[in-house]
Amino acid sequence: MTIRASKLWFGYAVAMAWFYVLLWPLLGIKAAGLEFAASFAIWSKVAVAAAICLVLYQVKQAGAFNFLTKPTERVGEAASAAFRRVPTWLSLAVVLALAVIFPLFTERYAHDVAISILVYIILGLGLNIVVGMAGLLDLGYIAFFGVGAYTYALLSVHFGLSFWLCLPIAASFSALAGCLIGYPTLRMRGDYLAIVTLGFGEIVRIVINNWMSLTNGPNGVLGIKPPGAYWFNGASLEHVWLNHLEQLYYIILALAVFTVLAVYRLNYSRIGRAFEAVREDQTAAELMGVNTLRIKLLAYALGAVFGGLAGTFFAARMQFVSPESFTFIESAMVLAMVVLGGMGSIPGVILGAVALIALPEVFRGFELYRMFVFGGVMAAMMIFRPKGLWPAKRLGARSEERE
Amino acid sequence: MTEPILELKNVTSAYGRIKAIRDISLKVYPGEVVSIIGANGAGKSTTLMSICGVLKPEAGEVWYDGKRIDGLASDLLPSRGLCQVPEGRRIFPRLTVEENLDMGAFFRRDQANIEHDKNRVFQMFPILLERRKQHGGTLSGGEQQMLAMGRALMSRPRLLLLDEPSLGLAPLIVQQIFRIIREINETDGVTVVLVEQNANLALKSSSRGYVLETGSVVMEDDAQALLANPDIRKAYLGE
Repeated sequence: MTIRASKLWFGYAVAMAWFYVLLWPLLGIKAAGLEFAASFAIWSKVAVAAAICLVLYQVKQAGAFNFLTKPTERVGEAASAAFRRVPTWLSLAVVLALAVIFPLFTERYAHDVAISILVYIILGLGLNIVVGMAGLLDLGYIAFFGVGAYTYALLSVHFGLSFWLCLPIAASFSALAGCLIGYPTLRMRGDYLAIVTLGFGEIVRIVINNWMSLTNGPNGVLGIKPPGAYWFNGASLEHVWLNHLEQLYYIILALAVFTVLAVYRLNYSRIGRAFEAVREDQTAAELMGVNTLRIKLLAYALGAVFGGLAGTFFAARMQFVSPESFTFIESAMVLAMVVLGGMGSIPGVILGAVALIALPEVFRGFELYRMFVFGGVMAAMMIFRPKGLWPAKRLGARSEERE
Repeated sequence: MTEPILELKNVTSAYGRIKAIRDISLKVYPGEVVSIIGANGAGKSTTLMSICGVLKPEAGEVWYDGKRIDGLASDLLPSRGLCQVPEGRRIFPRLTVEENLDMGAFFRRDQANIEHDKNRVFQMFPILLERRKQHGGTLSGGEQQMLAMGRALMSRPRLLLLDEPSLGLAPLIVQQIFRIIREINETDGVTVVLVEQNANLALKSSSRGYVLETGSVVMEDDAQALLANPDIRKAYLGE
């Protein structure tokens, strides 16, 4: 596909003019009066950079880089062919082995980032059941993360229950919350459902924020215990707190592996098929004998279970929870991971989580412009890979898209 | 004659305030093929949707197999042997052909029999066997219609409701589909209710027919008699 040069440069001119109109009010309107120099300086840099990209693109279209791209393409093809010949279990084993030895070669900062990536992988996979498989757009998913976190926080602080015991308890509480929220909302479809889930997500956060006697409101809950374990100290068995980052890393890695296995099994089960049938065509699914409300509730509750597991770990890792961690932006972030990675695809969601957590860290070098670059990268990814980084195998048009 | 397997008594259904069907009464006896013919918007599909409970009738009663089923949730009907192939086929486009068939047997737990029925569907529609790993959405229109029928047969229906099985298909495929409909009816003893715009074809394959016009039954007779009726010939058979 080649675009004619004149059209290309016209588009460039329009885009740059539009960009300046957006940029100037942000940088140019000051208390002291209107100013043009600062915004113009930034604008000119961006304009020059974009112009260079355009020129490079045109030169490439003309075939000037063939001496470079042709060999790289060949190498790339050979590499992907070789990769395809490697059995899946082997590549999975390599990834897992890398994940296991990861803390040995890295330091605190990397551990910290890796832990948040793994937490978000669990959240993403949980939301993937709801959004990717069952096709229910949920904008309040983080509420279940919050329910899980507060369940463990309160049980730990008031009753001293251990992390391991609280994992299933928090998961069931989240599932219960999922059913309670889902029962009235899941009768709606599409956009309406999205708005209602957004509302319920906020309700959960605001309740946590205002229920002073139970949750200590905006001050949060302090003094949550980290996970404990019995370990040999010399000859005797002793109870220790696993509060080092490497130890927490292995716990969340185990939880993430469990989640991946569970979601994989679900994907190819009878229930997973029913989720997808409901997503594809709810009326047809009903005519085939699927109780759609019950199936959607189940999807919602299962998604909530993984949200709750991640929340429990989050509380144990931070040893502090407050309502601020469960705002709408977090829901949007998890949803972005699912969409960016590829809806319904397990490796896709994992990649999406890695990209969305790791990229802002990588872009720390850009300082002020970090979020700006991040947004640009996200927009570019959606333009060039609209089905996600690693799209699910199930492709083809959805029924409502064809009609 | 024996008791009807399906009976509608003065059924009225509406979309909002617009009445789509008024006072429809019809009877279907076991082993029959009954066609419901009529123009666009006559209420044919609405009648089927009211039988299946996707649309709740405003008034009237639906009786199936000696029990009243209006007001019942539509997902309870397949396990009782009442299954519909909806208009526009509505297969699951991102599930494979085989998964689509499995969805037809969703409520069933007898794995061995399910496999047997799947093989029977593959025998009936060999093209589906060839395409079993393909996504439903990648099939051609005729293949999708076969898949939709196969999916419905996986529920072992006693009464099969077919909504416009010939819609948008090549004449050769339509003939094949109707041959299968007769086979299902004759060999498996499935009662069939056939909603069609292609009145000629539908009446030739059925024993009785109902004619719908603007939401009401205007005529009911033996299929042969309807085919010979000059009014019907003029209105629906293009003479």
